[in-house]
Amino acid sequence: MAQIKKAEGLIDWLDQRLAVKAFMRVMMSEYWIPKNINFLWAMGVVLIALFAVLLVTGLLLLMYYKPDVNLAFDSVNYTIMQEVEYGWLWRHMHGVAASATFLIIYIHLFTAIYYGSYKKGREMIWLTGMVLFVAFSAEAFSGYMLPWGQMSYWAAQVITNLFSGIPVIGDEVVIWIRGDYVVADATLTRFFMLHVVLLPLVILAVIAVHFYSLRFPHVNNQDSVELDFEAEAQKYKEGRIKESRVVPFWPVFLSKDFFVVGFFMTFFFFLVCYHFDFAMDPINFEPANSMKTPAHIYPEWYFLWNYEVLRGFFFDIGGIAAMDIGLIAFVFANVVFFLLPFLDRNAMNTAPAHKRPAFFVWFWLLIVDMIVLTVYGKLPPTGVNAWVGFFAAVVFLGLFIALPFITKLESKGERQ
Amino acid sequence: MAEQSRRDFIGLALGGISTVGGVLALGAMKKSWDPLPSVQSAGFVSVDLSGMNEGEMHTVQWRGKPVFILRKSADTPSNDKRDIRIGEKRFVVLIGLCTHLGCIPSYEASSRTFKCACHGGVFDASGIQTFGPPPRPLDIPPFKCNGETIVLGEEGAEYQKMTKKA
Repeated sequence: MAQIKKAEGLIDWLDQRLAVKAFMRVMMSEYWIPKNINFLWAMGVVLIALFAVLLVTGLLLLMYYKPDVNLAFDSVNYTIMQEVEYGWLWRHMHGVAASATFLIIYIHLFTAIYYGSYKKGREMIWLTGMVLFVAFSAEAFSGYMLPWGQMSYWAAQVITNLFSGIPVIGDEVVIWIRGDYVVADATLTRFFMLHVVLLPLVILAVIAVHFYSLRFPHVNNQDSVELDFEAEAQKYKEGRIKESRVVPFWPVFLSKDFFVVGFFMTFFFFLVCYHFDFAMDPINFEPANSMKTPAHIYPEWYFLWNYEVLRGFFFDIGGIAAMDIGLIAFVFANVVFFLLPFLDRNAMNTAPAHKRPAFFVWFWLLIVDMIVLTVYGKLPPTGVNAWVGFFAAVVFLGLFIALPFITKLESKGERQ
Repeated sequence: MAEQSRRDFIGLALGGISTVGGVLALGAMKKSWDPLPSVQSAGFVSVDLSGMNEGEMHTVQWRGKPVFILRKSADTPSNDKRDIRIGEKRFVVLIGLCTHLGCIPSYEASSRTFKCACHGGVFDASGIQTFGPPPRPLDIPPFKCNGETIVLGEEGAEYQKMTKKA
């Protein structure tokens, strides 16, 4: 044990007891980040800022929200929106931040795909990131139920009903999840528990693992150059800052991140103040009614691509019911992103997509297809819309089936 | 060696008891999520059919679900497996949740079909799917006939006969 001496000041007093200086070095001032990165590398810190907004506004909403079918709707739309001072602000910030979180998650995710940051030692970063995506999806779904409007109710009804697709025990599982034969009071209260306690705890824990898993393989860079981090760090510490190809996380890298965060939060508050309604579906301002289905049921924009894959298969194929094909495709779509590091058969090539022609085409096809799925996911599935949805869903599945072959061919081409 | 085996024993004992306790706790947690007895016994609904006109469709609520009761008009095709005959009258009783994803279809009297707005599923007057993604006909709730009254939730002879045929 270290010798405890009379402290020279507060920092020294803390350092003798908690080793704060060593901790700061390891976590901040000697955590090395490559120089050749762009603003897309700031999305992680933007997400942290958004998560903080969600947490703080969530706590304020929690003080007045009532998780009971008879009280929930009014506690949101009357108490919080009209009685609580600035309650409207917390609600709109919470709703817009949820949407913005998914926007940034998608940018974060596609940045990782474009720059090959999901492979060659970075698989755990990718996998924990995908776990976070699923946890945030569950968080968004359970939170959407809480205002107990028509869309809350029917989204809950449709999504919980998906579990009836599980062979043999499906119907019982649905009743078990709901705690009732239909979405009802028991369902609301248990999803409230998930939304405010269990899922945030899971998210916090997985964020910690996500950060930790980044530490050993290091942050990727936009040219995917292999850096000798120790040698580069040594140069930096010796004062050869211009020559060194890395910068410390704090204060250098974070100050750039803070600029991007500042820029993004300006946009965020612009949305909160002037366009909060995009996160407030008008149908959800009608109280939940189990006897009346809204004419069209659709999820929030960030789930539309997934929803369209589910309903894209609207006719039976080869004796398999349309609904089962849709469910299988839906499960596939949710699992396949996890498998990305293993579907890529050219694991050692982490060059950005614009230096990999075949992969470049694959990447942009995927983006375009997911935009098409998103747009058609909101439209009523009739006539030509149903066919566009069908083909877009087939293309989505096809792209992931093709990926191992594309990357295998690419790796063969490189060896010649 | 003696000390080693004592440590092993303590480890195994703790591991064993924790496993048993953990499994029992998981069982208890599973049961805590089950529907409550008050929810499960939420009722047997009696509906009087004597006042219904031909072609009329009523919706009643049973265990939180909508139940469609349709009195078929004379020119509506009959379906021996699904029609309930009370004297000369023919009725169909259906759970009003689309078998695709649980939306409530609406009855269109002119075409005598149930149409689901969510994903375009269509069912005929007997509840058989005729278009779109629904994988099976609308479900028939357990019922029992008492003269011109039916009780939803109880399995009567007619219901048992119907489910056997299907």
